[in-house]
Amino acid sequence: MSSGAAARWVDAVVVAVSDVATGVRRIELGGPPAGRAAPGSHVDVRVHTPAGEDVRSYSVVESGGADGRVVVSVLHTRTSRGGSRFMHALRPGDGVRVTQPLQNFPLSVGSARHVLLAGGIGITALVEAARVLRLLGADYRFVYVGRTRDRMAYLAELEALHGDRMRVHVDDEGSPLDVDALVGDIADEDLGRRTELSMCGPIRLMEAVRRSWSDRELPSYNLRFETFGSSGWFEAEDFVVRVPELGIETRVGADSTLLDALITAGADVMFDCRKGECGLCVLAVTEVQGTIDHRDVFLSTAQRERGDRICACVSRVAGVGGEGVLVLGPP
Amino acid sequence: MPPLENHDRVTAKIFPHPLNAWYAAAWDHEVAGGSILARRIADLPLAIYRTSDGRPVALADACWHRLAPLSMGRRVGEDEVQCPYHGLRYNSAGRCTSMPAQETINPSAMVPSYPVVERHRYLWVWPGDVTLADPDLIPDMHQMSSDEWAGDGLTIEAQCNYQLVLDNLMDLTHEEFVHGASIGQSELSDSEFFTRHEEDGSVTVSRWMLGVPPPPFWSRIMRHRFPDFAGPVDRWQIIHYYAPSTICIDVGVAVAGTGAPQGDRSQGVNGYVMNTITPETERSSHYFWAFMRNFRLESQQITTELREGVRGVFAEDEAMLTAQQRAIDAHPDHTFYSLNIDAGGMWVRRILDRMLAAEETGGQAAEPVEPVAARRR
Ligand code: FES
Ligand code: FES
Ligand SMILES: [Fe+2]
Repeated sequence: MSSGAAARWVDAVVVAVSDVATGVRRIELGGPPAGRAAPGSHVDVRVHTPAGEDVRSYSVVESGGADGRVVVSVLHTRTSRGGSRFMHALRPGDGVRVTQPLQNFPLSVGSARHVLLAGGIGITALVEAARVLRLLGADYRFVYVGRTRDRMAYLAELEALHGDRMRVHVDDEGSPLDVDALVGDIADEDLGRRTELSMCGPIRLMEAVRRSWSDRELPSYNLRFETFGSSGWFEAEDFVVRVPELGIETRVGADSTLLDALITAGADVMFDCRKGECGLCVLAVTEVQGTIDHRDVFLSTAQRERGDRICACVSRVAGVGGEGVLVLGPP
Repeated sequence: MPPLENHDRVTAKIFPHPLNAWYAAAWDHEVAGGSILARRIADLPLAIYRTSDGRPVALADACWHRLAPLSMGRRVGEDEVQCPYHGLRYNSAGRCTSMPAQETINPSAMVPSYPVVERHRYLWVWPGDVTLADPDLIPDMHQMSSDEWAGDGLTIEAQCNYQLVLDNLMDLTHEEFVHGASIGQSELSDSEFFTRHEEDGSVTVSRWMLGVPPPPFWSRIMRHRFPDFAGPVDRWQIIHYYAPSTICIDVGVAVAGTGAPQGDRSQGVNGYVMNTITPETERSSHYFWAFMRNFRLESQQITTELREGVRGVFAEDEAMLTAQQRAIDAHPDHTFYSLNIDAGGMWVRRILDRMLAAEETGGQAAEPVEPVAARRR
């Protein structure tokens, strides 16, 4: 269910490309049989950008068949760091390195009610989930938000398939989404506390939903979102960590983690998930110069505000241009 | 896949089971109140319960944390279970909703929740690829919950591979030898039977025995409807198989020569033997059965008498199946050979093998089946 499988890189071939909306390119990849991807799967793709090789994640929109076909749809963004430009330049016959479908946004079929919320290209993460919910006869709503109709991929097909379970909001048609009203409606219904909302879209939309969700005191575990790796509030930068009791002082590079730096320096630190989830790597903070960029989901807001602990596997010190210093108690 | 290529797999003694299928996991009444039923379905241990509003739920029976069985835990809240070990709670979607010893909940914490549908007095679970779990694929057992039929049934925990039960039900010539005292008669082996393999993947085996003496079981039932009945009957057995493992048998007798073979069953009695067999492990199965009838619906006495009668008959099958499985395991080098009477069972095996092959390639469904095949003895 939740992503456990390690990524396996394989060679795939572009089988077909086509435009499914303004700026959105559908790319069909053929490769080793991958079976059918579970709803909420993505593939990682090795992209070539002006800055060198990099990895991007794209949701699997369709999959299956004996030939292991996987379809992704990619939005061309002018501000991108080169990933979408690379993907849009692909032509049938081109080779790409991809992983097998990886599951990090699993659909759970047993909820009393489901709301799926897609903003723009975020639709790609929810198309398959919606299809499965419909097949199962589940109680679901599918909300699709976009700026203009021509930029909303799969809109016509989805409206035809989901009928009145579908709500479409288009900014420039004067029907933008009222987030508080959407969340308020969920909260007011009998099944409110047993409704799961899964969303994928622009960070501003998702933040608004999160705020409204906690204002309405809906259970946090029923709010599911696809982030493709939490990125923190700051760019990663260098900082120095000191553990006086152990006589350790070492630099944490922008491309390393606090946990790795401590272990390399000889500290015996406990950890398990390395994703900021389990809390086993939490260390006591005695002093900090700079700001702690909490990137974990283990510490509560209140615990973060106290500023006296840090999840060493993902969180960092930032906001001071590489001059940050972190002093820790003994692990 | 061409039939020739896979033929060895078709006669496998320990037959694998498809996962992309609805399997009966429990009778509706077995999961009630605040209970959590532990049951292994298609080799998956499940914790099955109902939410406060009665919706059935099937979660993997192992806590995300240290894998303690959730079925040993408690039903709490509207739709949750609480792990008996360190108290994590999960909702009906399998999401963890509470980690008692910390202020947040790890968003990755969840257990698989399987699709469940309540239909025909059973809870059906889909253990395979959820994207294919179409409730329309649940086999037609409408007699179980129809106003025009009455009856009841039980479960046999059969200590054998599920395919052995299917073989047993697809060929009823065994009645003469296994059920000689109740429903068996020598005319079973002497009569013609027809096997039809339908386009939709179902198989039908029909047998008519005309002008035969009724065996004890059927004489008694006839007298429930026609107290003065005596004499020969026309007897029928029409076996309907629905993939992967449901068999509904249209059975009955009518006064001989009153037109039953032509469709007039008014001078007879008609029952349906409902069977759906769920693999538990490679060598054990949950065998759910019921006997339904379409006359004297008001009589609970007849319902009970029939259920107890069939229970006795099926106990004879169970003893045979258990012994057969033991002999199979004691002779690992011996293979199965087939007889003409195995036509129905062999079609079932071929259909199952195609389902398995489709699952191996990740394909969506079996390739179209061949044209209707008929075999005549
Ligand atoms: S190792 Fe799990 S939170 Fe850091
Ligand atoms: S094993 Fe379930 S809470 Fe620990
Ligand atoms: Fe039998």
